[in-house]
Amino acid sequence: MVELTLPKNSKIGKGKVWPKPEGATNLRAFKVYRYSPEAGGNPRWDTYWLDMDKCGPMVLDVLLYIKNKIDPTLAFRRSCREGICGSCAMNIGGNNTIACTKGWDEVAGNTISIAPLPHLPVVRDLIPDLTNFYAQHAYVQPYLKTDTPEPEKEWQQSPEDRDELDGMYECILCASCSTSCPSYWWNGDKYLGPAALLQAYRWLIDSRDEATGERLDDLEDPFKLYRCHTIMNCAQVCPKGLNPAKAIAKIKHMMVERVV
Amino acid sequence: MTTSTKSVRGLGAAGSGTQHHIRQRVSALALLILVPWFLYSVTSAMGAGYEGALAWMSKTYNAVPLILLISAALYHMRLGMEVVIEDYIGKTGTRQALLILNAFVVLVMFVAATLAVLGVWLGTNV
Repeated sequence: MVELTLPKNSKIGKGKVWPKPEGATNLRAFKVYRYSPEAGGNPRWDTYWLDMDKCGPMVLDVLLYIKNKIDPTLAFRRSCREGICGSCAMNIGGNNTIACTKGWDEVAGNTISIAPLPHLPVVRDLIPDLTNFYAQHAYVQPYLKTDTPEPEKEWQQSPEDRDELDGMYECILCASCSTSCPSYWWNGDKYLGPAALLQAYRWLIDSRDEATGERLDDLEDPFKLYRCHTIMNCAQVCPKGLNPAKAIAKIKHMMVERVV
Repeated sequence: MTTSTKSVRGLGAAGSGTQHHIRQRVSALALLILVPWFLYSVTSAMGAGYEGALAWMSKTYNAVPLILLISAALYHMRLGMEVVIEDYIGKTGTRQALLILNAFVVLVMFVAATLAVLGVWLGTNV
């Protein structure tokens, strides 16, 4: 359902402005979304001033600097710091991306805002609740399904068929795409979202998979698949440069192909 | 309390959606031909006033594509409005009511517009 304004308990108030570091010449402000369920009350924007000469190049470095040197209460997910785990996905300067591969010098403006992925319940600070997102991924059954008895050695695939999976297997499930999609904002409970549908297509075109028809059956739904209106936010924000909208369009092609 | 798996599965896949998708594309295709025809034809008939418009509409080769245009445009509109309603109205009851209303409104518009064209055409040709 459309929500044009934040619900009352989610409206973001003014928070603490931390002091500027002394003697710094290369200063930049970071406006960070803070919310703690134990503390109660509404979320707030805390502002941190950083001496950029002392900070690493990425937004994740900024967050780690804040946590280590300024405010240890800041909570966020991170793991690999090299764009392969998808843990540090968040909204930076208004765009969903992963903090570890986004350089702070790539973000325009003197103050950089950092917020959790939009339109998801917030667990704490920059940590969104991704339970529903993972259940949607599970819905598309992202694994090989076959009825033919398993070959002694391995399922074979030609190099050309393997090439079909390029642009899909690279997805790290960071949820940047799904949470940037207005259709997902309005109908995230029923629409599977670009991330799950990209994975659905990854298995639909896998030459080894034998459940293509069943997979299409599971997607044949006005909401689960057809909420995609090729808005293309997904492709625009994907930190891995993938194009979920194109994969969804190809699923629709397959759907049409089996009817006409 | 339900698990996220249960809520994502919901009532299962409805088994429809592709027909809607196809119909929307095909009606768009029809409009791609009919709208330019209409704009061209109606602008060239303009300037002759009310009588001129009647004369234009009473020609079979104008009345037939005009009714086709009305059908395709209204059908396309109905399909498009369905998507808009499904997108923005989350409450099941309200959504269902609006979808039915949408269908009826379009039907009324179709009957009224078609009868108007037919009336003119019949008035001159029968």
